Amino acid sequence: MRVVVDFDLCESNAVCMGIAPEVFEVRDDDFLYILQEEPPEELRPKLEEAVQRCPKQAIRIDG
Amino acid sequence: MASTMVVAGASLAGMHAAHTLRNEGHDGPLVVVDADPRTPYDRPPLSKQVLAGEWDVDRIRLPGASEDLDIDWRLGQRCHGLDLDRRRVDLAGGENVPFDGLVIATGASARTLPDQPDLAGIHVLRTLDDCLALRADLERQPDRVVIVGAGFIGSEVAATCRGRGLDVTLLEAAPVPLERALGVEMGTVCAALHRRHGVDLRLGTAVAGFAGTDRVEGVHLTDGSTVEADVAVVGVGVVPNTGWLEGSGLTLRDGVVCDETLLAAPGVTVAGDIARWPSRRFGEALRVEHWENAVQQGEAAGRRLLVDDRDADVFDPVPWFWSDQYDRKVQLAGRSGADHEVEVVIGSTDEWRFVALYGRDARVRGVLGFNRPRHVMQLRQLVVDGSSWDEGRERAREIA
Repeated sequence: MRVVVDFDLCESNAVCMGIAPEVFEVRDDDFLYILQEEPPEELRPKLEEAVQRCPKQAIRIDG
Repeated sequence: MASTMVVAGASLAGMHAAHTLRNEGHDGPLVVVDADPRTPYDRPPLSKQVLAGEWDVDRIRLPGASEDLDIDWRLGQRCHGLDLDRRRVDLAGGENVPFDGLVIATGASARTLPDQPDLAGIHVLRTLDDCLALRADLERQPDRVVIVGAGFIGSEVAATCRGRGLDVTLLEAAPVPLERALGVEMGTVCAALHRRHGVDLRLGTAVAGFAGTDRVEGVHLTDGSTVEADVAVVGVGVVPNTGWLEGSGLTLRDGVVCDETLLAAPGVTVAGDIARWPSRRFGEALRVEHWENAVQQGEAAGRRLLVDDRDADVFDPVPWFWSDQYDRKVQLAGRSGADHEVEVVIGSTDEWRFVALYGRDARVRGVLGFNRPRHVMQLRQLVVDGSSWDEGRERAREIA
Protein backbone atom coordinates (compact mmCIF):
# COMPACT_ATOMS: atom_id res chain seq x y z
CA MET A 1 0.00 0.00 0.00
CA ARG A 2 1.37 3.38 -1.04
CA VAL A 3 0.03 6.82 -0.03
CA VAL A 4 0.11 9.41 -2.79
CA VAL A 5 -0.73 13.10 -2.26
CA ASP A 6 -1.35 15.45 -5.17
CA PHE A 7 0.48 18.49 -3.88
CA ASP A 8 -1.05 20.68 -6.59
CA LEU A 9 -4.41 20.07 -4.94
CA CYS A 10 -3.34 19.93 -1.28
CA GLU A 11 -4.24 23.06 0.69
CA SER A 12 -2.83 21.91 4.03
CA ASN A 13 -6.15 21.77 5.80
CA ALA A 14 -4.57 19.10 8.03
CA VAL A 15 -7.69 16.95 8.18
CA CYS A 16 -5.56 13.92 7.25
CA MET A 17 -3.19 14.72 10.10
CA GLY A 18 -6.11 14.72 12.51
CA ILE A 19 -7.09 11.24 11.32
CA ALA A 20 -3.68 9.59 10.78
CA PRO A 21 -0.89 11.56 12.47
CA GLU A 22 1.38 8.51 11.97
CA VAL A 23 1.39 9.21 8.23
CA PHE A 24 0.56 12.88 7.70
CA GLU A 25 2.12 15.94 9.32
CA VAL A 26 1.49 19.60 8.59
CA ARG A 27 4.50 21.50 9.91
CA ASP A 28 5.10 25.07 10.95
CA ASP A 29 5.72 26.06 7.33
CA ASP A 30 2.07 25.02 6.71
CA PHE A 31 3.12 22.33 4.24
CA LEU A 32 2.04 18.71 4.44
CA TYR A 33 4.73 16.06 4.85
CA ILE A 34 4.20 12.34 4.40
CA LEU A 35 5.97 10.51 7.21
CA GLN A 36 5.50 7.01 5.79
CA GLU A 37 4.91 6.57 2.07
CA GLU A 38 4.31 2.84 2.49
CA PRO A 39 2.47 2.55 5.80
CA PRO A 40 1.61 -0.80 7.39
CA GLU A 41 -1.62 -2.50 6.40
CA GLU A 42 -3.27 -1.93 9.80
CA LEU A 43 -3.48 1.78 9.02
CA ARG A 44 -5.65 1.18 5.94
CA PRO A 45 -9.02 2.05 7.56
CA LYS A 46 -7.62 5.35 8.85
CA LEU A 47 -6.07 6.15 5.48
CA GLU A 48 -9.32 5.40 3.68
CA GLU A 49 -11.05 7.81 6.04
CA ALA A 50 -8.39 10.44 5.26
CA VAL A 51 -9.01 9.92 1.53
CA GLN A 52 -12.76 10.38 2.02
CA ARG A 53 -12.51 13.42 4.25
CA CYS A 54 -9.80 15.38 2.44
CA PRO A 55 -11.60 18.58 1.37
CA LYS A 56 -9.50 18.77 -1.79
CA GLN A 57 -9.62 15.04 -2.62
CA ALA A 58 -5.86 15.22 -2.86
CA ILE A 59 -5.02 11.82 -1.30
CA ARG A 60 -4.92 8.48 -3.07
CA ILE A 61 -4.02 4.98 -1.94
CA ASP A 62 -2.29 2.74 -4.48
CA GLY A 63 -2.41 -0.99 -3.82
CA MET B 1 -37.48 -8.44 -4.29
CA ALA B 2 -34.47 -6.38 -3.25
CA SER B 3 -35.26 -3.19 -1.35
CA THR B 4 -35.05 0.23 -3.01
CA MET B 5 -33.04 3.08 -1.54
CA VAL B 6 -33.72 6.66 -2.58
CA VAL B 7 -31.37 9.57 -1.96
CA ALA B 8 -33.08 12.96 -2.30
CA GLY B 9 -30.31 15.42 -3.17
CA ALA B 10 -27.18 14.67 -5.22
CA SER B 11 -25.13 17.06 -3.11
CA LEU B 12 -22.02 16.24 -1.14
CA ALA B 13 -24.11 14.68 1.65
CA GLY B 14 -26.35 12.80 -0.77
CA MET B 15 -23.46 11.40 -2.79
CA HIS B 16 -21.65 10.22 0.32
CA ALA B 17 -24.85 8.53 1.45
CA ALA B 18 -25.19 6.81 -1.93
CA HIS B 19 -21.55 5.75 -1.85
CA THR B 20 -21.91 4.30 1.65
CA LEU B 21 -25.16 2.49 0.82
CA ARG B 22 -23.51 0.79 -2.17
CA ASN B 23 -20.25 0.00 -0.47
CA GLU B 24 -21.74 -1.28 2.76
CA GLY B 25 -24.11 -3.83 1.33
CA HIS B 26 -27.10 -2.38 -0.50
CA ASP B 27 -27.34 -4.26 -3.77
CA GLY B 28 -30.89 -3.34 -4.81
CA PRO B 29 -32.02 -0.29 -6.79
CA LEU B 30 -30.45 3.03 -5.74
CA VAL B 31 -32.24 6.15 -6.99
CA VAL B 32 -30.69 9.62 -6.68
CA VAL B 33 -32.91 12.66 -7.29
CA ASP B 34 -31.86 16.30 -7.62
CA ALA B 35 -33.47 19.45 -9.01
CA ASP B 36 -30.11 20.68 -10.32
CA PRO B 37 -29.33 19.00 -13.65
CA ARG B 38 -25.63 19.79 -13.27
CA THR B 39 -25.06 17.90 -10.05
CA PRO B 40 -23.18 16.33 -8.44
CA TYR B 41 -20.49 18.89 -7.79
CA ASP B 42 -18.52 20.27 -4.89
CA ARG B 43 -19.53 23.71 -3.65
CA PRO B 44 -16.56 25.25 -1.76
CA PRO B 45 -14.71 26.23 -4.98
CA LEU B 46 -17.80 28.16 -6.20
CA SER B 47 -16.84 31.15 -4.06
CA LYS B 48 -13.11 30.67 -4.59
CA GLN B 49 -11.25 28.92 -7.44
CA VAL B 50 -14.15 28.65 -9.91
CA LEU B 51 -15.31 32.21 -9.25
CA ALA B 52 -11.72 33.41 -9.58
CA GLY B 53 -11.54 31.78 -13.00
CA GLU B 54 -8.65 29.56 -11.89
CA TRP B 55 -10.50 26.25 -12.16
CA ASP B 56 -12.61 24.72 -14.89
CA VAL B 57 -15.98 23.37 -13.93
CA ASP B 58 -14.71 19.82 -14.60
CA ARG B 59 -12.52 20.04 -11.54
CA ILE B 60 -15.39 20.25 -9.08
CA ARG B 61 -17.25 17.12 -10.09
CA LEU B 62 -17.78 14.85 -7.09
CA PRO B 63 -16.23 11.38 -7.36
CA GLY B 64 -19.70 9.80 -7.07
CA ALA B 65 -20.57 11.29 -10.47
CA SER B 66 -18.17 9.06 -12.34
CA GLU B 67 -17.77 6.16 -9.92
CA ASP B 68 -19.71 3.04 -10.82
CA LEU B 69 -22.37 2.98 -8.09
CA ASP B 70 -25.10 1.67 -10.41
CA ILE B 71 -27.30 4.67 -9.67
CA ASP B 72 -30.70 5.23 -11.24
CA TRP B 73 -30.40 9.02 -11.75
CA ARG B 74 -33.26 11.53 -11.67
CA LEU B 75 -31.36 14.76 -12.27
CA GLY B 76 -33.18 17.99 -13.13
CA GLN B 77 -36.19 16.68 -11.20
CA ARG B 78 -37.45 18.42 -8.10
CA CYS B 79 -38.87 16.55 -5.11
CA HIS B 80 -42.44 17.70 -4.64
CA GLY B 81 -43.82 15.62 -1.79
CA LEU B 82 -43.18 12.76 0.59
CA ASP B 83 -45.83 10.15 1.41
CA LEU B 84 -44.65 8.21 4.44
CA ASP B 85 -47.64 5.83 4.49
CA ARG B 86 -47.29 4.79 0.87
CA ARG B 87 -43.51 5.09 1.15
CA ARG B 88 -42.88 7.13 -1.94
CA VAL B 89 -41.32 10.40 -3.05
CA ASP B 90 -43.42 12.40 -5.50
CA LEU B 91 -41.46 14.32 -8.11
CA ALA B 92 -42.57 17.65 -9.56
CA GLY B 93 -42.82 16.06 -13.02
CA GLY B 94 -45.50 13.66 -11.77
CA GLU B 95 -43.43 10.53 -11.24
CA ASN B 96 -43.75 8.68 -7.92
CA VAL B 97 -40.60 6.96 -6.69
CA PRO B 98 -41.27 4.20 -4.17
CA PHE B 99 -38.68 3.54 -1.47
CA ASP B 100 -37.90 1.20 1.38
CA GLY B 101 -35.22 3.54 2.72
CA LEU B 102 -34.84 7.27 2.08
CA VAL B 103 -32.01 9.72 2.76
CA ILE B 104 -33.17 13.34 2.74
CA ALA B 105 -30.30 15.58 1.63
CA THR B 106 -32.02 18.35 -0.32
CA GLY B 107 -29.82 20.98 1.31
CA ALA B 108 -30.63 24.65 1.41
CA SER B 109 -31.20 27.62 -0.89
CA ALA B 110 -29.70 31.08 -0.80
CA ARG B 111 -31.79 33.52 1.19
CA THR B 112 -32.68 36.80 -0.52
CA LEU B 113 -33.54 40.20 0.93
CA PRO B 114 -37.15 41.17 1.53
CA ASP B 115 -38.45 42.95 -1.59
CA GLN B 116 -35.26 42.22 -3.50
CA PRO B 117 -35.92 43.42 -7.07
CA ASP B 118 -35.33 41.27 -10.13
CA LEU B 119 -32.56 43.38 -11.70
CA ALA B 120 -29.70 42.14 -13.85
CA GLY B 121 -26.45 42.26 -11.94
CA ILE B 122 -27.92 41.21 -8.58
CA HIS B 123 -26.67 37.75 -7.66
CA VAL B 124 -26.81 35.11 -4.98
CA LEU B 125 -24.21 32.34 -4.79
CA ARG B 126 -25.28 28.81 -4.07
CA THR B 127 -25.34 26.73 -7.24
CA LEU B 128 -22.90 26.29 -10.10
CA ASP B 129 -25.25 28.28 -12.34
CA ASP B 130 -25.18 31.12 -9.77
CA CYS B 131 -21.39 31.00 -9.80
CA LEU B 132 -21.08 31.06 -13.59
CA ALA B 133 -23.54 33.97 -13.89
CA LEU B 134 -21.63 35.98 -11.29
CA ARG B 135 -18.30 35.06 -12.85
CA ALA B 136 -19.50 36.29 -16.26
CA ASP B 137 -20.42 39.64 -14.68
CA LEU B 138 -17.04 39.88 -12.92
CA GLU B 139 -15.21 39.17 -16.19
CA ARG B 140 -16.69 42.39 -17.61
CA GLN B 141 -14.49 44.30 -15.13
CA PRO B 142 -17.23 46.15 -13.25
CA ASP B 143 -16.19 49.42 -11.57
CA ARG B 144 -17.55 48.31 -8.22
CA VAL B 145 -18.96 45.13 -6.69
CA VAL B 146 -21.18 45.57 -3.64
CA ILE B 147 -21.53 42.53 -1.41
CA VAL B 148 -24.42 42.41 1.03
CA GLY B 149 -23.56 40.35 4.11
CA ALA B 150 -20.10 39.71 5.55
CA GLY B 151 -20.70 36.09 6.51
CA PHE B 152 -18.45 33.33 5.21
CA ILE B 153 -19.79 33.45 1.64
CA GLY B 154 -19.76 37.26 1.47
CA SER B 155 -16.25 37.36 2.93
CA GLU B 156 -14.92 34.79 0.47
CA VAL B 157 -16.56 36.53 -2.49
CA ALA B 158 -15.02 39.83 -1.32
CA ALA B 159 -11.60 38.19 -1.21
CA THR B 160 -12.03 36.60 -4.65
CA CYS B 161 -13.18 39.92 -6.17
CA ARG B 162 -10.19 41.73 -4.67
CA GLY B 163 -8.00 38.96 -6.12
CA ARG B 164 -9.45 39.89 -9.51
CA GLY B 165 -8.44 43.50 -8.87
CA LEU B 166 -12.02 44.75 -8.51
CA ASP B 167 -13.17 47.48 -6.14
CA VAL B 168 -15.37 46.01 -3.43
CA THR B 169 -17.80 47.45 -0.90
CA LEU B 170 -18.82 44.93 1.75
CA LEU B 171 -21.95 45.73 3.76
CA GLU B 172 -22.81 44.16 7.09
CA ALA B 173 -25.80 44.98 9.27
CA ALA B 174 -24.07 43.77 12.45
CA PRO B 175 -21.29 45.79 14.16
CA VAL B 176 -18.60 43.36 12.91
CA PRO B 177 -18.41 40.57 10.30
CA LEU B 178 -19.34 37.08 11.50
CA GLU B 179 -20.47 38.39 14.88
CA ARG B 180 -22.94 35.58 15.49
CA ALA B 181 -20.50 32.87 14.40
CA LEU B 182 -17.30 34.16 16.01
CA GLY B 183 -18.24 36.92 18.46
CA VAL B 184 -17.22 40.58 18.51
CA GLU B 185 -13.52 40.13 19.27
CA MET B 186 -12.78 37.74 16.40
CA GLY B 187 -15.23 39.57 14.13
CA THR B 188 -13.09 42.68 14.65
CA VAL B 189 -10.04 40.69 13.51
CA CYS B 190 -11.94 39.70 10.35
CA ALA B 191 -12.93 43.33 9.73
CA ALA B 192 -9.29 44.40 9.89
CA LEU B 193 -8.32 41.67 7.42
CA HIS B 194 -10.84 42.95 4.85
CA ARG B 195 -9.68 46.54 5.26
CA ARG B 196 -6.04 45.58 4.94
CA HIS B 197 -6.94 44.08 1.55
CA GLY B 198 -8.55 47.29 0.37
CA VAL B 199 -12.21 46.46 0.92
CA ASP B 200 -14.55 49.36 1.68
CA LEU B 201 -16.20 47.70 4.68
CA ARG B 202 -19.38 49.34 6.01
CA LEU B 203 -20.60 47.97 9.32
CA GLY B 204 -23.90 48.44 11.12
CA THR B 205 -25.53 49.31 7.80
CA ALA B 206 -28.45 47.52 6.21
CA VAL B 207 -29.81 47.67 2.67
CA ALA B 208 -32.82 49.93 2.13
CA GLY B 209 -33.21 49.17 -1.58
CA PHE B 210 -31.57 48.98 -4.99
CA ALA B 211 -31.18 51.63 -7.71
CA GLY B 212 -31.58 50.80 -11.40
CA THR B 213 -34.33 50.00 -13.88
CA ASP B 214 -33.15 46.97 -15.87
CA ARG B 215 -29.74 46.56 -14.35
CA VAL B 216 -28.54 47.34 -10.84
CA GLU B 217 -26.83 50.73 -10.58
CA GLY B 218 -26.51 51.17 -6.84
CA VAL B 219 -27.47 50.03 -3.38
CA HIS B 220 -29.37 52.36 -1.02
CA LEU B 221 -28.40 52.04 2.62
CA THR B 222 -30.46 52.64 5.73
CA ASP B 223 -28.13 55.50 6.71
CA GLY B 224 -29.44 57.42 3.69
CA SER B 225 -26.38 56.99 1.50
CA THR B 226 -26.12 55.13 -1.81
CA VAL B 227 -23.20 53.02 -3.01
CA GLU B 228 -22.81 52.79 -6.77
CA ALA B 229 -22.70 49.21 -7.95
CA ASP B 230 -22.40 47.44 -11.31
CA VAL B 231 -22.71 44.10 -9.61
CA ALA B 232 -24.32 43.21 -6.28
CA VAL B 233 -23.98 39.91 -4.47
CA VAL B 234 -26.47 39.08 -1.73
CA GLY B 235 -24.93 36.70 0.83
CA VAL B 236 -27.36 36.70 3.72
CA GLY B 237 -27.46 33.02 4.58
CA VAL B 238 -29.52 30.07 3.46
CA VAL B 239 -32.92 28.53 4.06
CA PRO B 240 -33.23 24.72 4.35
CA ASN B 241 -35.14 23.17 1.44
CA THR B 242 -37.98 21.67 3.47
CA GLY B 243 -40.91 22.98 1.39
CA TRP B 244 -41.54 19.59 -0.25
CA LEU B 245 -41.79 17.93 3.18
CA GLU B 246 -44.57 20.10 4.55
CA GLY B 247 -47.54 17.98 5.58
CA SER B 248 -45.47 14.79 5.36
CA GLY B 249 -45.57 14.20 9.11
CA LEU B 250 -41.86 14.88 9.60
CA THR B 251 -40.99 17.51 12.19
CA LEU B 252 -39.73 20.65 10.44
CA ARG B 253 -37.99 23.32 12.50
CA ASP B 254 -35.39 25.28 10.54
CA GLY B 255 -34.48 21.96 8.92
CA VAL B 256 -35.72 18.41 9.37
CA VAL B 257 -35.57 17.29 12.97
CA CYS B 258 -34.11 13.83 13.51
CA ASP B 259 -32.92 11.72 16.43
CA GLU B 260 -29.29 11.32 17.44
CA THR B 261 -28.85 8.49 14.93
CA LEU B 262 -30.14 10.79 12.12
CA LEU B 263 -33.47 8.96 11.83
CA ALA B 264 -36.40 11.31 11.11
CA ALA B 265 -39.02 8.53 10.69
CA PRO B 266 -38.74 4.74 10.32
CA GLY B 267 -36.51 4.13 7.28
CA VAL B 268 -35.99 7.85 6.69
CA THR B 269 -32.72 9.65 7.55
CA VAL B 270 -31.43 13.18 6.99
CA ALA B 271 -27.98 14.56 6.21
CA GLY B 272 -26.21 17.80 5.36
CA ASP B 273 -27.43 21.39 5.54
CA ILE B 274 -31.03 20.31 6.07
CA ALA B 275 -30.49 18.06 9.12
CA ARG B 276 -31.18 19.21 12.67
CA TRP B 277 -29.97 16.66 15.18
CA PRO B 278 -29.49 16.64 18.95
CA SER B 279 -25.80 16.70 19.84
CA ARG B 280 -25.04 14.96 23.12
CA ARG B 281 -21.58 16.49 23.20
CA PHE B 282 -22.79 20.08 22.95
CA GLY B 283 -26.16 19.64 24.66
CA GLU B 284 -28.06 21.41 21.89
CA ALA B 285 -29.73 20.73 18.56
CA LEU B 286 -27.32 21.48 15.72
CA ARG B 287 -27.75 22.21 12.04
CA VAL B 288 -24.38 22.60 10.38
CA GLU B 289 -23.85 24.08 6.90
CA HIS B 290 -20.32 22.94 6.28
CA TRP B 291 -18.43 20.59 4.00
CA GLU B 292 -17.08 18.05 6.44
CA ASN B 293 -20.40 17.68 8.21
CA ALA B 294 -22.04 16.87 4.88
CA VAL B 295 -19.45 14.15 4.24
CA GLN B 296 -19.68 12.54 7.67
CA GLN B 297 -23.43 12.92 8.02
CA GLY B 298 -24.05 11.60 4.51
CA GLU B 299 -22.09 8.48 5.33
CA ALA B 300 -23.82 8.05 8.68
CA ALA B 301 -27.29 8.60 7.21
CA GLY B 302 -26.64 5.99 4.51
CA ARG B 303 -25.26 3.49 7.02
CA ARG B 304 -28.19 4.06 9.38
CA LEU B 305 -30.57 2.63 6.78
CA LEU B 306 -28.56 -0.60 6.67
CA VAL B 307 -28.54 -1.38 10.41
CA ASP B 308 -31.14 -2.32 13.02
CA ASP B 309 -32.22 0.27 15.57
CA ARG B 310 -30.23 -1.42 18.32
CA ASP B 311 -27.01 -1.34 16.29
CA ALA B 312 -27.34 2.29 15.22
CA ASP B 313 -24.45 4.62 16.00
CA VAL B 314 -25.00 7.99 17.65
CA PHE B 315 -23.86 10.80 15.34
CA ASP B 316 -21.92 13.23 17.49
CA PRO B 317 -18.65 14.41 15.90
CA VAL B 318 -16.84 17.68 16.56
CA PRO B 319 -17.79 19.81 13.54
CA TRP B 320 -14.94 21.38 11.59
CA PHE B 321 -14.80 23.78 8.67
CA TRP B 322 -12.48 26.07 6.81
CA SER B 323 -12.84 29.32 4.91
CA ASP B 324 -10.18 30.73 2.60
CA GLN B 325 -10.06 34.52 2.56
CA TYR B 326 -7.22 36.36 0.80
CA ASP B 327 -4.05 34.53 1.83
CA ARG B 328 -5.55 33.33 5.10
CA LYS B 329 -6.97 29.94 5.94
CA VAL B 330 -9.60 30.29 8.65
CA GLN B 331 -10.51 27.03 10.38
CA LEU B 332 -12.87 26.29 13.22
CA ALA B 333 -13.30 23.01 15.08
CA GLY B 334 -16.22 22.67 17.48
CA ARG B 335 -18.59 25.41 18.56
CA SER B 336 -18.13 29.14 18.87
CA GLY B 337 -20.28 32.19 19.14
CA ALA B 338 -20.94 35.55 20.69
CA ASP B 339 -22.04 33.89 23.95
CA HIS B 340 -18.69 32.10 24.40
CA GLU B 341 -15.51 33.15 26.14
CA VAL B 342 -12.66 33.57 23.69
CA GLU B 343 -8.91 33.70 24.26
CA VAL B 344 -5.95 33.80 21.88
CA VAL B 345 -3.58 31.03 22.99
CA ILE B 346 -1.05 30.85 20.14
CA GLY B 347 0.29 33.67 17.97
CA SER B 348 -1.13 37.13 17.49
CA THR B 349 -4.22 38.53 15.83
CA ASP B 350 -2.14 41.47 14.52
CA GLU B 351 -0.55 39.16 11.96
CA TRP B 352 -3.69 37.10 11.34
CA ARG B 353 -1.76 33.99 12.31
CA PHE B 354 -3.06 32.63 15.60
CA VAL B 355 -5.22 30.14 17.47
CA ALA B 356 -8.05 31.13 19.79
CA LEU B 357 -10.07 28.89 22.08
CA TYR B 358 -13.81 29.25 22.60
CA GLY B 359 -15.31 28.07 25.85
CA ARG B 360 -18.39 27.98 27.98
CA ASP B 361 -18.88 26.81 31.57
CA ALA B 362 -15.06 26.58 31.92
CA ARG B 363 -14.85 23.94 29.14
CA VAL B 364 -13.21 24.23 25.74
CA ARG B 365 -15.89 24.02 23.04
CA GLY B 366 -14.15 25.38 19.99
CA VAL B 367 -10.77 26.08 18.37
CA LEU B 368 -10.35 28.85 15.81
CA GLY B 369 -7.23 29.19 13.70
CA PHE B 370 -5.98 31.73 11.19
CA ASN B 371 -3.21 30.07 9.12
CA ARG B 372 -2.60 27.52 11.86
CA PRO B 373 -3.94 24.25 10.41
CA ARG B 374 -1.62 22.02 12.39
CA HIS B 375 -2.48 23.58 15.73
CA VAL B 376 -6.21 23.55 15.03
CA MET B 377 -6.08 19.82 14.33
CA GLN B 378 -3.99 19.16 17.42
CA LEU B 379 -6.22 21.24 19.68
CA ARG B 380 -9.44 19.83 18.21
CA GLN B 381 -8.83 16.96 20.63
CA LEU B 382 -9.57 19.35 23.52
CA VAL B 383 -13.12 19.65 22.25
CA VAL B 384 -13.35 15.89 21.71
CA ASP B 385 -12.21 15.32 25.30
CA GLY B 386 -14.34 18.12 26.77
CA SER B 387 -11.20 19.54 28.39
CA SER B 388 -11.26 22.31 30.96
CA TRP B 389 -10.25 25.84 30.02
CA ASP B 390 -7.04 25.49 32.03
CA GLU B 391 -6.14 22.21 30.36
CA GLY B 392 -6.73 23.90 27.01
CA ARG B 393 -4.36 26.75 27.77
CA GLU B 394 -1.75 24.33 29.06
CA ARG B 395 -1.94 22.11 25.97
CA ALA B 396 -1.69 25.15 23.69
CA ARG B 397 1.45 26.25 25.50
CA GLU B 398 2.98 22.79 25.04
CA ILE B 399 2.49 22.64 21.28
CA ALA B 400 3.16 26.28 20.43
